Amino acid sequence: MYDIIIVGAGVTGCFIARELARYKLNVLVLEKNNDVGNETTSANSAIIHSGYDPLPGTLKAKLNVEGNKMYDQVCEELDVSFKRIGSITVALDDKQVETLKELQIRAKENGVETILLTREELLEKEPMLSKDVVAGLLAPTAGIIDPFNLSVHLMENAIDNGVKLILDEEVTSIVKKEGNFLINDKYEAKVVINATGVNGDLVNELINDKTFDIMPRKGQYYVFDHFKRPFVNHTLFMVPSDKGKGVLISPTTSGNYLVGPSANLVARDEKSTDKGTLNNVKEQANNMIENIPYYETIRTFAGIRATPSTHDFIIEESETENFINVVGIESPGLASSPAIAKKVVEEIIAKKFDLVKKDDFNPYVRKYIKMKSLSIEERQRYFKENKDYGTIVCKCEQVSKGEIIDCLKRSCPPRSIKGLKRRLRVGFGKCQGGMCQPLALEILAEYYGVDRKEIPYDGTKSYILYKETKGGK
Amino acid sequence: MENIRTYDLVVIGGGAAGLAAALKAYENGVKDVLILEKEPCLGGILQQCIHNGFGLHTFKEQLSGPEYAQRFIDKVLETDIQYKLNSYVVSITKEKDVYYSNDEDGFCHIKARSIVMATGCTERTPGAIMLEGDRVAGILTAGQAQKYLNIDGYLVGKKVFILGSGDIGLIMARRMTLEGAKVMGVAELMPYSNGLSRNIAQCLNDFDIPLYLSHTVKQVVGKDHVEKVIIAKVDEKFNYVPDSEMIFDVDTLILSVGLVPYNIILEDIGTKMSSTRGAYVDENYQTSVEGIFACGNALHVHDLVDFVSEEANMAGISASKYLKGELNNTSEVTLTKNGNGISYIVPQQYRLDNIEDKIAFKFRVRKPYHKVKVVIKADGQEIKSIVKPHMLPAEMETIKLDKKILVECKELTFEIKED
Repeated sequence: MYDIIIVGAGVTGCFIARELARYKLNVLVLEKNNDVGNETTSANSAIIHSGYDPLPGTLKAKLNVEGNKMYDQVCEELDVSFKRIGSITVALDDKQVETLKELQIRAKENGVETILLTREELLEKEPMLSKDVVAGLLAPTAGIIDPFNLSVHLMENAIDNGVKLILDEEVTSIVKKEGNFLINDKYEAKVVINATGVNGDLVNELINDKTFDIMPRKGQYYVFDHFKRPFVNHTLFMVPSDKGKGVLISPTTSGNYLVGPSANLVARDEKSTDKGTLNNVKEQANNMIENIPYYETIRTFAGIRATPSTHDFIIEESETENFINVVGIESPGLASSPAIAKKVVEEIIAKKFDLVKKDDFNPYVRKYIKMKSLSIEERQRYFKENKDYGTIVCKCEQVSKGEIIDCLKRSCPPRSIKGLKRRLRVGFGKCQGGMCQPLALEILAEYYGVDRKEIPYDGTKSYILYKETKGGK
Repeated sequence: MENIRTYDLVVIGGGAAGLAAALKAYENGVKDVLILEKEPCLGGILQQCIHNGFGLHTFKEQLSGPEYAQRFIDKVLETDIQYKLNSYVVSITKEKDVYYSNDEDGFCHIKARSIVMATGCTERTPGAIMLEGDRVAGILTAGQAQKYLNIDGYLVGKKVFILGSGDIGLIMARRMTLEGAKVMGVAELMPYSNGLSRNIAQCLNDFDIPLYLSHTVKQVVGKDHVEKVIIAKVDEKFNYVPDSEMIFDVDTLILSVGLVPYNIILEDIGTKMSSTRGAYVDENYQTSVEGIFACGNALHVHDLVDFVSEEANMAGISASKYLKGELNNTSEVTLTKNGNGISYIVPQQYRLDNIEDKIAFKFRVRKPYHKVKVVIKADGQEIKSIVKPHMLPAEMETIKLDKKILVECKELTFEIKED
């Protein structure tokens, strides 16, 4: 019997798990994929919004602003890359400048600092921008983050502090049994937290009547390789219009760049990319910058956002007592998630349990070793301890075998090629694993003591190797 | 105090280009040579190319990739050339510091008096060509599938479709068929094949594998793994032709859609790069950084390894000359320019007084040509014209010019003249 079962290990579920790990509670997380942060969490703009955009008074506005402020500490504790590079919303004509001024008023109401930039100030900060720009709205507190490491490190820290995680466990039934919940006929809990993102309505309807819909909305992006030439320094937004928020151009914490997203309502699980939509993204982005280096594209991807029919985050106890919905976490969900977890625990869970803090809660994850960023002497020191630190597996991103083994020994280790990629950037570079995937696969298989055929690309069914050749090994 | 070892020549990459460059420099008096190879053995990509057809020009016989490589490796082993395996060079500097890492020495700093960059190339990725549809398991580049098959001993699928008619894709069509997979077809975006004619004949026609020209993959469909591939015909502007879709139920999509020189460490030090994404070089295969030379697929992608070896020989000789102080880097340069119908020219510049008697210009055409002339102009004045019965983008062209006819000029232009 668990005190609390969290269904879904996206960034929301991971943050709640880690927040609950502070207390003397028996917590289980169930995740349908073979990894945490495998859906919306790892396919978004990877930015921490400042919080000026959501309508004042909404949960989105409140939690975005609060969440944004929490990120310095969270990322320090969890060893996650985070940089407050600031965002700039770029106006391309006088009418858009009026919108910027309206946004600045909204920012003030939300308690977010913004600075209106003249054309000259804007071009000084972002020389690559089109000469057609008129003005910009700078939000200095906006940041960029590594969303892959965020969810993994949150869960690693939660597990290190006593939370249990079960992967490959899709929740298909929830029943009430003697006041408690029974999930999949296997797991019992007093309280269930539904953090299932794009499937939030379906999981809610396993036990409640329909009260809201989650409409999956797809966003497609270009990813550029990292390069040393100057490009953009801030997250650049277009001025929002009736047609939506428009596309952004942003650096990432790893020095890559993102251009996107599109926004279309789609069927659930529809994560394909298409040229028509991506060309449309390109056209929009080209209004901001004329010479975007699309030849640097190393990947395109699509992510699904969980757009709620209520137009605001749904964070509440449902009609069924002790069944708590934390769903509809669309943009600015990533920025809001630490504040969402805090709200869930302090305002809802606190009423259900007598929250007693653990004396031995350790908020820190053991620092990840990043050979690429170390000096020669430091690298030699690690090498002398373990020769694996000398073998570079991923050439483009310079990741050593030692780093991979260290990651595999942690409490939330990768089970697939993509899991490894998200954690350490193995296969994230120019060749996209063309060179290193066979070696990465071999290391995973060796570590887990299985044949290479057993190591999947992503989900458990996504095999890479079909069978041995006639001659065998 | 750190005692930094300085080598006369460090060759980065121990594949076809690196081996030939090291040997040629050695033959020309450079005895203090180190080859740094990232893989566990010398030979580079040749080691996974177990088909034959290598060495027709160099050795006048048909060798497999590993056999071709071994001829060079054996020669290297007869010399004092040093080499380190599993050694990846993470960065270099303009002052020719070289930083590499391996599991024997750890992370090391050495210095070189000259460097030959022979880092080869990588394959274009699904992302680079904006492959449409689901990004699921079962989409591999041809080289990846080749490594799994020929080195690791695993087949990646049983029903296969191939996008792109590059040579590795064609070779893999045959190879996977021989291993028991069913190759359903090859789609090529262009109206002509991008592979060597002999490979079309021997790898597709001999196995009844259809080649769909002016076709591309419109959509990959699959939940966890590739389930089907939808291809469509394209018009001259590469737009899909309506109602031309064909559906193939396959579990694997192999991509053979081009190769790109791999030059991260050269780009990082601000070396001037060319449109091929290889270094910008002169007649000695010297890059914009004095004493750093580039050759082979790292410079521009070759279709035959024999030509890689030949080019690497030149780079090796140049490195030896540089070390002896025999390279003139001061006189006036002539820039080469790709005119009508030509996609690039190597070298990108030359100094007339550095040429002994002949200079080779290498280039590719943008599209197939029949019965045309390659016209060479010095500052707009025609100095030579060569009749060519057939020219294909898949086949690298080489024109060797006598120094005699190369008058002093600022710009030497190559262009295609059609009748």
